[in-house]
Amino acid sequence: MADKLKTAFLLAGGCAGCEMSVVDLSEALVDALGSLEIVFWAPTVADVKYKDLEDMPDKFIDLAFVDGMIRNSENLHTVKVLRQKSKVLVAFGACASLGGIAAMGDLHTKEELFRQAYKTSFSTDNPDGVYPTPEYLLDGKYNLTIPTFLDNCSTIDQVVGVDYYVGGCPPHPSFVGHLVGAILSGKLPPAGSWLTGGKAVCDACKRNPAITGQERLPVGEIKRTVDDRPDPDKCLLQQGYMCFGPVTQGDCGGSCLNVNIPCRGCGGPIPGIKDFGARCVSMLASSMADEEVAAQFIEKYNNMAKLVYRYSHTVSKLNHRIAEHKEAGARQDV
Amino acid sequence: MSFTPNIVGFACQWCTYAGADLAGNLRAKYPPSIKLIKVPCSGRVEPEYIMEAFANGADGVLVGGCHFGDCHYKSGNYKTANRMKILSQLLEDSGFDRNRFRLEWISGAEGYRFAEVVDAFTKELQELGPNPLKGGNGHGR
Repeated sequence: MADKLKTAFLLAGGCAGCEMSVVDLSEALVDALGSLEIVFWAPTVADVKYKDLEDMPDKFIDLAFVDGMIRNSENLHTVKVLRQKSKVLVAFGACASLGGIAAMGDLHTKEELFRQAYKTSFSTDNPDGVYPTPEYLLDGKYNLTIPTFLDNCSTIDQVVGVDYYVGGCPPHPSFVGHLVGAILSGKLPPAGSWLTGGKAVCDACKRNPAITGQERLPVGEIKRTVDDRPDPDKCLLQQGYMCFGPVTQGDCGGSCLNVNIPCRGCGGPIPGIKDFGARCVSMLASSMADEEVAAQFIEKYNNMAKLVYRYSHTVSKLNHRIAEHKEAGARQDV
Repeated sequence: MSFTPNIVGFACQWCTYAGADLAGNLRAKYPPSIKLIKVPCSGRVEPEYIMEAFANGADGVLVGGCHFGDCHYKSGNYKTANRMKILSQLLEDSGFDRNRFRLEWISGAEGYRFAEVVDAFTKELQELGPNPLKGGNGHGR
């Protein structure tokens, strides 16, 4: 075999859950180190600094993974640098490819978010109302800076060109192995594609009425998981629990469904969907018996945007705040 | 000069589209603000199309279907009713004015009603102003 594949991981505005998922490969990851060389994994795992990344020659890294969305000026900078230094860039996980949980913050103003985070949340003790200051001069001579909170969240492809997408919160670690294998064998899928299976969660779900032989009927009563305990063998949608399985990619193997929790769409839209939330509305509404049930649904789930765009607000068609720092080569259509 | 809204209309070919045709035959007057797209059934209108229209700067979207019980495909408009009710809520919760979107049942015999609906919708949109996503007509076609 030729040289080892130079691999990098960058945590942008995420929670590091995607990296936990990679670490979950455990022994398999150790074995993979035979063909992989991790040249950069920050700020979580490897002992490297951003400066080390900036010092690398352009296109030095063979395969780079970014997890997390662009939330502050630091994410914006490091992702741009990483793009410059990498041959293949993968948006790894729901945040990087769709916006993720934190993107729901874009439904609020920056002031609302700061007030909640630094003043009104019940665990906060901040009598002086101190907010983070991006620049601060300490003792009149030390100029201290922290990253600036940007006006809106962005997905990675709204800022730089992205070669591959992987959904999931977190993604299944097998995608790392899958991609390494593809690069080593030279059989890369066309750039801009999702590396996921493209089949719906229902396809992997054991409760699928097509498997269990359950008759599909219009839903007459909407339920939430707090209302009752769902029957573990029957389709959740058929029981009235709003599940996004039919429109979500099921590389997870239906893990939430296996523990009686309805799908919320972290796997990303199945191919052909232009707007995840709108298709969710279409799919859910078609399963409802009449308009009264639809009214009950609206009543029970108090914020439709946060429900159907749980993981994908940033790429939604109605997102008012699309990033303006997009560079040439970024994906045009979502 | 007052603002002329740009309305995208999805019209079911059996009812609302025929209604629009009749409005023409009856010489009913209504503002030239609506661009009609003929669809086989209002149930064929994906909420995604409506999102797409708004994302591309439409000031308003009108979906027109048959009255309940009149659907050529029996249940298409019932599904439309469910979908559009939830979609309206989604528009509102996404920080968008739900009044920019209308669902109307207009039969093939209601030519005058079609004209009235377009007239009233245009007036309402003039009050709301251009679509905040694109600025509406002001930025060329």
